[in-house]
Amino acid sequence: MAKTAAGAKALQPGMSGFADDWSSDQRAFKNVHWGKAMMWIFLLSDTFIFSCFLISYMTVRWSTTIPWPNPSEVFGLSVGGVEVPLLLIAIMTFILISSSGTMAMAVNYGYRKNRKVTTYLILLTALFGASFVGMQAFEWSKLIHEGVRPWGNPFGAPQFGSAFFMITGFHGFHVSVGVIFLLIVARKVWRGDYDRGDRGYFTTMKGGYEHVETMGLYWHFVDLVWVFIFAFFYLW
Amino acid sequence: MSDITQDDVGYVAPAENAEQDLYHPKSWITKYVFCQDAKVIAIQYASTAIAIGLVALVLSWLMRLQLGFPDSFSFIEPEDYYQFITAHGMIMVVYLLTALFLGGFGNYMIPLMVGARDMAFPYVNMVSYWVYLTAVFVLIASFFVPGGPTGAGWTLYPPQAILSGTPGSDGGIILMLVSLALFIVGFTMGGLNYVVTVLQSRTRGMTLMRMPLTIWGIFVATVLALLAFPALFVGAIMMLLDKILGTSFFMPNIVELGEHLSYGGGSPILFQHLFWFFGHPEVYIVALPAFGIVSDLIAVHSRRHIFGYRMMVWAIVIIGALSFVVWAHHMYVSGMNPYFGFFFATTTLIIAIPTALKVYNWTLTLWKGNIRLNTPMLFAIGFIVTFLNGGITGLFLGNVAIDVPLSDTMFVVAHFHMVMGVAPMLVVFGAIYHWFPLITGKMYSETLGKFHFWVTFLGAYLIYFPMHYLGFVGVPRRYFELGDTQIFTESVGQLNAFISIMTFIVGFAQIVFFYNMFRSYAAGKKSEMNPWGAASLEWQTPEMPPGHGNWGKSLPLVYRWAYDYGVPGATHDFVPQNMAPKDVPMEKKARKSTRSRKA
Repeated sequence: MAKTAAGAKALQPGMSGFADDWSSDQRAFKNVHWGKAMMWIFLLSDTFIFSCFLISYMTVRWSTTIPWPNPSEVFGLSVGGVEVPLLLIAIMTFILISSSGTMAMAVNYGYRKNRKVTTYLILLTALFGASFVGMQAFEWSKLIHEGVRPWGNPFGAPQFGSAFFMITGFHGFHVSVGVIFLLIVARKVWRGDYDRGDRGYFTTMKGGYEHVETMGLYWHFVDLVWVFIFAFFYLW
Repeated sequence: MSDITQDDVGYVAPAENAEQDLYHPKSWITKYVFCQDAKVIAIQYASTAIAIGLVALVLSWLMRLQLGFPDSFSFIEPEDYYQFITAHGMIMVVYLLTALFLGGFGNYMIPLMVGARDMAFPYVNMVSYWVYLTAVFVLIASFFVPGGPTGAGWTLYPPQAILSGTPGSDGGIILMLVSLALFIVGFTMGGLNYVVTVLQSRTRGMTLMRMPLTIWGIFVATVLALLAFPALFVGAIMMLLDKILGTSFFMPNIVELGEHLSYGGGSPILFQHLFWFFGHPEVYIVALPAFGIVSDLIAVHSRRHIFGYRMMVWAIVIIGALSFVVWAHHMYVSGMNPYFGFFFATTTLIIAIPTALKVYNWTLTLWKGNIRLNTPMLFAIGFIVTFLNGGITGLFLGNVAIDVPLSDTMFVVAHFHMVMGVAPMLVVFGAIYHWFPLITGKMYSETLGKFHFWVTFLGAYLIYFPMHYLGFVGVPRRYFELGDTQIFTESVGQLNAFISIMTFIVGFAQIVFFYNMFRSYAAGKKSEMNPWGAASLEWQTPEMPPGHGNWGKSLPLVYRWAYDYGVPGATHDFVPQNMAPKDVPMEKKARKSTRSRKA
């Protein structure tokens, strides 16, 4: 009745492969484990959330009658008496994008089952993420000292502060959650849970190194979202 | 459909998914309370949704008391009336229908109908329910805070939703928004489960184009929900900030009671766009599972394969896609750019094409079928008629020129109650009767079921048909009372009283339904296996009701689509999806002749 695994067709490239996969039984995404599929679909949903936030920000930027503050001045730092625009944001962006690099390497080493290097790389990613959140906290407190509040600010339209705190806050929340989960995954990799297939404390399901990749997907997404926030909020 | 032919298509692809690792409950609590089994979660979802739905039913009675007999009930103040409207609408649309179709039927049917042991992520599925329950409790809590629940209308339009003139503008609106945000978080967890289960954990032989239409409807509706709820989530967060922190996302410069408020520069229409970008797909989040379920009910009870299966699937997908580009037809009178009206009217009317296709296909499925007019079938046919009615009035309202005079009249109320209130509820009842034997192992009382159908169906028409007329003569919606308005004749008041009486009759008739369910569950006749002779997979479980892990020792193999009824030459009038072609009992002559024809 059923053919053996050897009879299974290899994955085909291109549109015919796409049609093959979607018209086949069992799985639409071949060789994709469930957690990874779930993360992709979640990220699609999350994309809509961030898109709605950014579109709303653009709308209020048009609807408000008071001039929008100049981001280059508001977000500038004074280093040794010289005003450098967007200095802190440049560093934050650089760090977050670097963390995507270390995350990608962690995924690679994870699939090679190199526990030690994977753990270090995930921890490094988490450290980058935490320092990003730390610098964001610094930026928030600097702006709050200068009088920026969600309901108003001395530089111009009150929506500037509202949108800034809401959007960077929501993104920072994503990064913080990511850091926590990175630490959990790092601990699991370090203890060898994924080698032995130990069961999760809450889910009671066995996990493997795919978790590192799923985690990586989330992290790259958070990174990508930051690029859009950076472009639309700080550069516009 | 080439799958119907009886030649030996014995090829079933080798297993790609490892045997699913299930959580086996060890105590009563993990078996029935914090349960990870999709079937129990489904019952929890459905019970919670129906319980909160009954609250909304009572609220609608209170509204009708006021509308039908103004000045007679001193305990209903104008503020109360607006709170009833708001809570009734929000509960019915979000907390009842969405949760019942996706959380209830989705959880129960998806694993069974695609041949999985459980959802892909049972733990996340469990958390989903508990977050939903929390959202419901937060909603209920809003009834008990000072000022009561919000009375902003279920669309919660700012600026009035958060200004002090609106009832419940202190705690009520905050709790409402928090509850919605929680609902969305909980739903997202469940929704990810449904989508991944359908895409990635079907059994061997179950291709997407062999899935029953129930699953297609629930699947596409879940995708819609995952993409539409984010807009509501963002809208809720921004309105919370407007209310609590005093930001001005949605608030323009505004004067209240002669006092200039500190708000300014926001865009109220932005909220309407966000709300309806969620709100219109939401209509189809409710309607698509109903479409799917009703297709299955009609096929099973008329003993015919569904007419035009592929077209039915594509119609579901196309309706789902179109539902994202029609939202501003709810906003013709909002003051948005009038040119938008043309675009959105066009896309709205285009939706009528796939929808009409579905209605034709249901009718053609019935054509020359061996129709059994039992309770589920009555509800299914009732749905087709009702949906047609509601759909046609939708074409009226989709046109800008007709919508402008009709908007904010009772005509709108009649339209959306027909299309998204009565029609889906008829499917819910039909589906509950249809799957009651599967879920409980008992048979319900057919007499009580038919009584329940006729009272509900005819009663709903007696409630909503007069409302169309009220709308045409210009009776506005959301008015506490019409007062001594000269333009309305006396008959308007009489009709309102008649409608109110009918709502009480229909509402109380639901007691028959609950009595039937509980009585049959406790002391009903034991149902035989697969009492309807259905071909789809959920009836082919080794035990009924299905046990933990659904399928006993080994997963079923699927050889055909879910609609093999009346196969020429077969001795039974249905062939289950998991019956191998060589095992299908054939009349002797027929087998020979099909063989020779193939040769």
